[in-house]
Amino acid sequence: MANRYSLWSLIKNGLKHHESWQPAWKSPQPKKHYDVIIVGGGGHGLATAYYLAKEHGIKNVAVLEKGYLGGGNTARNTTIIRSNYLWDEAAQLYEHGLKLWEGLSQDLNFNVMFSQRGVMNVGHTLQDMRDIERRANANLLNGVDAVVMTPKEIKDMVPLIDISNRTRYPIMGASFQPRGGVARHDAVAWGFARGASELGVDIIEQCEVTGLIIEGGRIKGVNTSRGDIMADRVGCVAAGNSSVLAKMAGLRLPLESHPLQAFVSESMKPCIDTVVMSNAVHGYVSQSDKGELVIGAGIDSYLGYGQRGSPHVIEHTAAAIIEMFPSFSRVRMNRQWGGIVDVSPDACPIISKTRIKGLYFNCGWGTGGFKATPGSGNVFAHTIAHDDPHPLNRAFSLDRFATGHLIDEHGAAAVAH
Amino acid sequence: MLIITCPYCQQAREEEEFSYAGEAYIARPTVPEEADDATWGDYVFHRKNPRGWHWEQWQHVAGCRKVFAVKRHTVSYEIAGSWTLADGKALYLEEQA
Ligand SMILES: Cc1cc2nc3c(=O)[nH]c(=O)nc-3n(C[C@H](O)[C@H](O)[C@H](O)COP(=O)(O)OP(=O)(O)OC[C@H]3O[C@@H](n4cnc5c(N)ncnc54)[C@H](O)[C@@H]3O)c2cc1C
Ligand SMILES: [Zn+2]
Repeated sequence: MANRYSLWSLIKNGLKHHESWQPAWKSPQPKKHYDVIIVGGGGHGLATAYYLAKEHGIKNVAVLEKGYLGGGNTARNTTIIRSNYLWDEAAQLYEHGLKLWEGLSQDLNFNVMFSQRGVMNVGHTLQDMRDIERRANANLLNGVDAVVMTPKEIKDMVPLIDISNRTRYPIMGASFQPRGGVARHDAVAWGFARGASELGVDIIEQCEVTGLIIEGGRIKGVNTSRGDIMADRVGCVAAGNSSVLAKMAGLRLPLESHPLQAFVSESMKPCIDTVVMSNAVHGYVSQSDKGELVIGAGIDSYLGYGQRGSPHVIEHTAAAIIEMFPSFSRVRMNRQWGGIVDVSPDACPIISKTRIKGLYFNCGWGTGGFKATPGSGNVFAHTIAHDDPHPLNRAFSLDRFATGHLIDEHGAAAVAH
Repeated sequence: MLIITCPYCQQAREEEEFSYAGEAYIARPTVPEEADDATWGDYVFHRKNPRGWHWEQWQHVAGCRKVFAVKRHTVSYEIAGSWTLADGKALYLEEQA
């Protein structure tokens, strides 16, 4: 690898005043033809390209990104990683991702700062607690780690949380996934881009796909803001913009794009060393390595491509956090932003072939796809390389919306991030 | 914060008084007995989800509780107008034609 990162390379470059580091990935001009084009340079698209080259030997690949790498949801999300989903198909898909996370920094030779600090989903009602028990049991049966905690155990782990019954919805317990955690979001995009580029993938930024070239029911290439580029296969991984791409192929998807907002506080001394999520009062919080509280909650109700939402949603989220952590009421918030999430009817992704030969979609990850980034790219690469789904994503095809085989994770899988 | 006008109350009010009720004028299969699974799947689950102007339904939950149609831009969030479902449908069909 041109630029292998190690303690040695750090010392060597340090001695040269850090002036001779090479760019992490190349920025070539687009070629006329590729074996595979990936539309969308978010984490999922870059991971797809990386695994196509690494595991399937398909290296004549381009990733086309309309903006810059990580400008979409990849670097707008709150980085929660877990695999404690209720249904077998979902648990296995997300667990595949979690296992890849566990070796990712080594595999990519890029520190994605994956931190298994655990993810806690608190319950506030008897029904919450029944659901938590059921989900934890289902998780254990699927080989996913899960623990059910009492309020006292929660307080021991998270001293700032209010477990008294003075609140409107007192905390009655929680599920905890010790192997869950967080990672540094933009490092994930950069790490996969660097890894893919090293294997020969062309990463092309500032290149918007404006049309899909289809002849005789087969994909032939794409129209872009930098000219037409031909390809045998095209994989669309455009998150909130998936319906727009589908329309270019005359397809309709079972998706709605919504704004999802998040915000961070000023930096503080370490005060919470796990991730706390609540579905019932609806808010979640973790603390970044910089010391900021990272806070988020639910989507704005309306369709929106604007990467911004309404203030009352932020107010609601802040209220939920303060209900659980009264001392956070004095903390000042620093930044707030929104991303566009592609929500599917069953809160599960679509990783699928389409009726157009050689055209594939990977979308519908909605509010919770960051955790799946390596797993999603891995099974999507398999789907494209073999023109046939990987066993782990067979159930996540588009035709489940005609056959009725939905995988209903709405509400089932704790809070949806 | 969207400012939405209820065509029944004839008042412009803040978004929090309303609840979003999805894409408007989704046509139900006209002969239900003959519609196949793909047609039903399309009707139940698939959506236009456009990047641009969108005809959608809102309910005035904290007011008259009626459902009505709004035409709103999904990138700028600009609202072109709101109508009763029947009045909106006439305009919508005109646009589609
Ligand atoms: C506020 C927020 C919080 C979230 N929190 C979490 C969380 O805690 N945990 C979790 O697991 N998930 C979370 N998510 C969801 C997660 O971010 C997404 O599911 C995931 O990032 C989507 O995949 P991606 O990274 O590939 O998307 P993106 O990074 O959005 O990639 C899609 C790319 O496609 C590009 N594109 C679109 N159209 C075109 C075109 N026509 N031509 C070329 N390029 C195009 C876009 O510019 C974009 O870069 C959150 C999302 C948001 C917005
Ligand atoms: Zn009204």
